[in-house]
Amino acid sequence: MDKTNRPIVLEAKGLTKRFPGVLANDNINLKLHQGEILALLGENGAGKSTLMNMLYGLYTPTEGEIWIKGEKVELSNPGEAIDRGVGMVHQHFQLVPPMTVAENVMLGSEITSGGGRLNMRQAIRNVRELSEQYGLAVDPTAVIEDLPVGTQQRVEIIKALYRHADILILDEPTAVLTPQEANELFRIMRDLTAQNVSIIFITHKLKEVLAVADRIGVLRSGQMVGTAMPEDSTETSLAEMMVGRNVILRVEKSASKPGQPVLQIQNLHVHDDRGHAAVEGVDLEVFAGEILGIAGVEGNGQRELVEALTGLRHIDAGKIRIDGQDTTHFSPRQITELGVAHIPEDREKHGLVMPYTLSDNMVLNRYFKAPYAKGLIMHHDKIDENGKVLVKEYDVRPPNVHALAQNLSGGNKQKVIVAREFSSPTKLLVAAQPTRGIDVGSIEFIHKEIVAQRDHGVAVLVVSAELDEVLGLADRVAVMFDGRVVKILPIAEATRERVGLLMAGSDA
Amino acid sequence: MTTQTDSKAKPSRLMAIWRAASIPLAAVILALLVGAVILLISGANPIAAYSALAKGAFGSTAAFGRTLEKATPLILGGLAVAFAFKGGLFNIGGQGQLLFGAIVAAGVGFGIDGLPFIIHMPLALLMGSLAGALYGAIPGALKTYTGAREVITTIMLNFIAINFTDWLADGPWKDEGIVARTPAIAEAAAIPTWGNIPAGFFLAILAAVATWYLLYRTTTGYEIRTVGLNSNAAKYAGIKVSYTVILTMAISGFLAGMGGAIETLGVVGRYQPGFNAGLGFDGITIALLARTNPLGVVPAALLVGAMQAGSSQMQFDAHVPFQIIDVIQALILFFVSADMIVRWIVRVQPEEGEQVTLSTSWG
Repeated sequence: MDKTNRPIVLEAKGLTKRFPGVLANDNINLKLHQGEILALLGENGAGKSTLMNMLYGLYTPTEGEIWIKGEKVELSNPGEAIDRGVGMVHQHFQLVPPMTVAENVMLGSEITSGGGRLNMRQAIRNVRELSEQYGLAVDPTAVIEDLPVGTQQRVEIIKALYRHADILILDEPTAVLTPQEANELFRIMRDLTAQNVSIIFITHKLKEVLAVADRIGVLRSGQMVGTAMPEDSTETSLAEMMVGRNVILRVEKSASKPGQPVLQIQNLHVHDDRGHAAVEGVDLEVFAGEILGIAGVEGNGQRELVEALTGLRHIDAGKIRIDGQDTTHFSPRQITELGVAHIPEDREKHGLVMPYTLSDNMVLNRYFKAPYAKGLIMHHDKIDENGKVLVKEYDVRPPNVHALAQNLSGGNKQKVIVAREFSSPTKLLVAAQPTRGIDVGSIEFIHKEIVAQRDHGVAVLVVSAELDEVLGLADRVAVMFDGRVVKILPIAEATRERVGLLMAGSDA
Repeated sequence: MTTQTDSKAKPSRLMAIWRAASIPLAAVILALLVGAVILLISGANPIAAYSALAKGAFGSTAAFGRTLEKATPLILGGLAVAFAFKGGLFNIGGQGQLLFGAIVAAGVGFGIDGLPFIIHMPLALLMGSLAGALYGAIPGALKTYTGAREVITTIMLNFIAINFTDWLADGPWKDEGIVARTPAIAEAAAIPTWGNIPAGFFLAILAAVATWYLLYRTTTGYEIRTVGLNSNAAKYAGIKVSYTVILTMAISGFLAGMGGAIETLGVVGRYQPGFNAGLGFDGITIALLARTNPLGVVPAALLVGAMQAGSSQMQFDAHVPFQIIDVIQALILFFVSADMIVRWIVRVQPEEGEQVTLSTSWG
């Protein structure tokens, strides 16, 4: 719905933010109208976060003006933004897990009844009123860590509303939600806008933008490259605005030709870091030349499953065979040496050593082998040579093997890992969240490489929280819920709706 | 962190050295300036004091020899701390490892008779170093198998080492007479001094080069550094993290133990309680001043060694208590650790990837 005739509540005029050597935001103009949902699209590194951090008072603009409700403002800290009714829900929740909902909501603006004593009763009442007024069902006395992610997000929204926010900035709010939870969030967003709350919705998911936005702004390389109305846009047209060129959103692949089973998992039981059962009796088979996709909301045992079969986590019970060998109690090194490539879920935690050069990172799985090392002695010329070849082949930018991994963008960091893992002889590829948080161009590239591996006869296991990624890549889809594989579907039967319901635990 | 050799990159390598050295240099100058203010307040003439200090450290070959002698255990103590740092560990137990190295070297030195120099001295040195390695491996194993933080256990083990060595020197290994000390080592076990120049100093330099080579040119060093920078990635890469932690602590202890052994075999000639007090702790100052670079440890140790060597001359000539040296040393440590203050004063931008993070070991 066109709401551009309504009063403007927030306006950025020529906002520019310069960091040493980087122009993060370049002369950005943006208007948010009352009761409007403005979707802000952009790849990682396009400048979305910088822009939002300026609007929320975390960064001071180098140039330009911010106007809130007709008043020019200079925000030097988030407190000043909050005072003017700006609230932000971060992608990573800022909640204290062992505290209750009401305690979290009032944290920082506690209600006291004289002498510093907390007035919990009043806080609970306030939270209840807010949750009724805006249709945000939540129990004020529930403890945060017991709540599902979707509910925790509602608490974040209530926190902002409690501080009288009528301009909400939602940073990638659907990244952690099931499709059903996301739909619920969209309903909440519409309810909020009906009560004149205005929303900036940051995302890179094109479907969602078309579903919920009143207006769309697209950022690219620090510039606002255009605005669009959802009724005039398609996913393809938006993707092109985002990337600046034609992109293929669909993964192009032929039908799979599955061969022998490469990975066989029988009745696997694994616990998580806190000692709770995380994988409870999983049976899976992945065949050579096929991609098995594991769909599921994060935290349903996928991480532990991947860590168990790559040797990173102790297996409580069950059996894993890779290429005919029992690898249940193999070390990570033994498993790698069998021909298992692993793109880890968290590239910065597991996949890379940030202060190392690209050269050093590209031999992380083979530094001890000839020609990179002979005996104890490493051969840095060979290591650099390997790096140079891979940087070129996988189009890593900057193409400098002596650059430090920590200075690369997310997409390029991921390319370094992909280059390393795909350049060893592989029988089984385990790819966990292979394209999380990276730009469309890199996603396209990595998806193509994964399909190419499959076509070479590699058995591929893809785990992703992005349902579209699983549906786009997989030949078969296994859905995980609560530590179990609840269903395995051939791709032809795996519709969004069916898989979405399975992800939420309802056996359709 | 530049680990590659690239002959055409010489100018940038010089730049890198300059950038790495600029903060420690600035820290030393600032510490000396603040020290001068303290001297002024206490009524002394800072110029006279500092020139006496310089004279005492470099004024003659004897003075220079004394500086090298003082610097020798400091290099090894600094290497021990720096090496552990590269593996992500904070070894505060250098003192204990050094004491074990010193007393075991003494034991081998006085306990065996009739060996030729070519065997006796290296044997005593090696056994002392290995004693340090074993004593260093204990906190490594404790960390691996029980999760006990090495910061705590190494401090505890220092007390055990101090009291155990004291007991040995005043009990089973006590020399005749009333003084609590071991007998003098055999002549064949002694590390010689050439003129005024102690040969032990060159052993320390050799250890620094070997440490650098081990860290940056071998697979073991790659594994140690990987564990130190990102133990999750190390595990993912198939590196045995627990083994690497123990090995890192053992090598660190080896270096500290070698420092103690050289002190026994090259300077004291026996084990005498109290003689090595504080040497192991100075290693922390040195390692930080060197920004944990094994080659940077040498100039850092020379600087602190010179201050210690010159302090008595300063006390004698300028009537300044030698404790002022401790104050200046503490100021250097302060400015190196609080490098943001120095950066703010001398306007140096922080370089990426070269930060020394003290907090990693505290988890």
